[in-house]
Amino acid sequence: MVAAEGQRQELTAASPRVALRSLDTLWFQVAGTLCNLACSHCFISCSPTNRTHEHMSLEQVRTYLEEGVRLGVKEYYFTGGEPFLNPQMEEILEAALACGPATVLSNGLLLDVERCRRLKALSEASDYSLDLRISLDGYDAESNDPIRGEGTFERILKGAVNAEEAGLTPVMTVTEVLQENATQQGRQRFLALLEARGIARPRLKILPVFQLGAEAERSGAYAEWQRLASTDEGEDGPGAESWEHLQCSSCRMVTDQGVWVCPILINEPTGRMGERLTDTLDSFPLDHPACWTCHVHGVSCKT
Amino acid sequence: MSQRIPEDEVDKEQRARRDVAVDKLTAHRGMATWGERLVPLGEFRQAAQGYGRQLDAAARQQQEANFLEPQADGVRVEGPFSKIAVFGGVYNNSYALEALLEDARRRGAEAVYCLGDFGGFGPHPEKVWPLLRQGEVRCIQGNYEASLSSGREDCNCGYADPRDNHFAKISYDYTATRCSPEYKRWMGTHPLRRRVRVGDHELLLVHGSPRQINEFLFASAASTPYLEVLLNEERCDGMLCTHSGLHWHRRLPSGRHAVNVGVIGRPANDGATHVWYSLLTDGGAAGLSVELAPLVYDHQSLAQDMRDEDLPQEFVETILTGWWTTCLEILPAKERARSKF
Repeated sequence: MVAAEGQRQELTAASPRVALRSLDTLWFQVAGTLCNLACSHCFISCSPTNRTHEHMSLEQVRTYLEEGVRLGVKEYYFTGGEPFLNPQMEEILEAALACGPATVLSNGLLLDVERCRRLKALSEASDYSLDLRISLDGYDAESNDPIRGEGTFERILKGAVNAEEAGLTPVMTVTEVLQENATQQGRQRFLALLEARGIARPRLKILPVFQLGAEAERSGAYAEWQRLASTDEGEDGPGAESWEHLQCSSCRMVTDQGVWVCPILINEPTGRMGERLTDTLDSFPLDHPACWTCHVHGVSCKT
Repeated sequence: MSQRIPEDEVDKEQRARRDVAVDKLTAHRGMATWGERLVPLGEFRQAAQGYGRQLDAAARQQQEANFLEPQADGVRVEGPFSKIAVFGGVYNNSYALEALLEDARRRGAEAVYCLGDFGGFGPHPEKVWPLLRQGEVRCIQGNYEASLSSGREDCNCGYADPRDNHFAKISYDYTATRCSPEYKRWMGTHPLRRRVRVGDHELLLVHGSPRQINEFLFASAASTPYLEVLLNEERCDGMLCTHSGLHWHRRLPSGRHAVNVGVIGRPANDGATHVWYSLLTDGGAAGLSVELAPLVYDHQSLAQDMRDEDLPQEFVETILTGWWTTCLEILPAKERARSKF
């Protein structure tokens, strides 16, 4: 551990550090890196065989929920991989919804009618919101399927419609992997598509892509200059206090391998901060090029 | 373009696509992704375990205590009063503000507090100013006052969706061009937070949250443990905020109170045209009483003024129907499910 930290010192000496202002958002890599898809833009290269991070058990999640409650977590987020591949996912959500609001990031493939009904029941049993986010990458099979996999366009929309019909008002998440997605026209096309499918109050979140994992193979990795230096300024001027627009100033990510600084860096061993949440309350060096994307694009993985 | 591709070429192309797909799906057998490389799973896990800390129980306790340590803000405590009225989000609605001042007086409020956002949404921003002054309203700055008094180009409402931001910009530009420099300067003279005592109860007054001027606190998205930690940090018996536009009150397990006092500028997305504010009364041995009070005002005249000023039809519709037509994307699932739009 000492040797690894030693090597790191050199890398990070020139990087600004971000303090954990408060622990508002707690993320769970609840399905690890296991997914029933292998999307070409996945920044953590999830696939059916990627066991870099494994499923978390209900007991593991509970341990961190208890810690989260003590530390005043405001909201919980669940991602993977595909969260609903985790056989304990619904029990995990029930436990989370007893502590605070929960959001699940899903690819929609496992959202059949029965599951959506059960999720609605979980949501109604809690005073807190259960938000469902479903990923889609194109307005039609032709644009979506090369990214997410053959036949996925229709299956994703079927899941979204099931969620809508159960009263879960899902948020569709779209990445800017197709450049048109980021434009006003692109947005309108998505909204029109969702309305045409019977989603009466369509909700949409558009995310930039990270040049990591499968996406780095697709579009190229980061260049040398795409890093934050200690001379870079946060929104309010230089210094550790100025990075409050970055989500790592108010979040942590838990996987079966421990606690990471944020949802983006779980495939970087250097992103691991400790075993328990209380091990990770110190500042973190913004030494990864993905930190640059968050800073420049003002990224938040939150809804 | 329309040249016919020979059948065996199609097969070849399909096979190649399938091979790539299968490669992608199976690439990680026994391997892990480390940055952009594939490495044996064991190598990644061993490296990861080498980073980060594993503190002992005593050190963890110490870390937690430091992290949660209360911060004194040095703000003078006003009062004590036995009853106060608190409102937020005027949004240029002078009709509702007039009605509120009258209602609060009638109901015996000894002091009236405004949690910010004087402007936005409605017509004729300057009409609110004399009412706030004559009514001796004790104000704090919302994001609107902070933005207008500092010459910021946007309202800093904190929306994340382009549609929400589109309408927010119309409101802000309308308000910014119709407020005098004197009014804007006056907005900047108010503090960002206040403390007031009602009976024995010390209440913290903020706009969004104690941490952020533009944080949205919705009932279904603010966990009770989060609110308890906030109140511990701030050493107060109750926290009053606005900003999100929807009123709620939660008595916490500790017996303390978290209140979103709502807004008087537009209805609460419930199909009714009245708006909401809060009354806090010292109940002696019974503790603090929190009342969320509906407020009826002349919404027809407001709607007419908005039309005369060419404000968006969407805004007028909200005033007349009680349903939000904009700023909906920020709502959590429960609040959104109760919306009409």
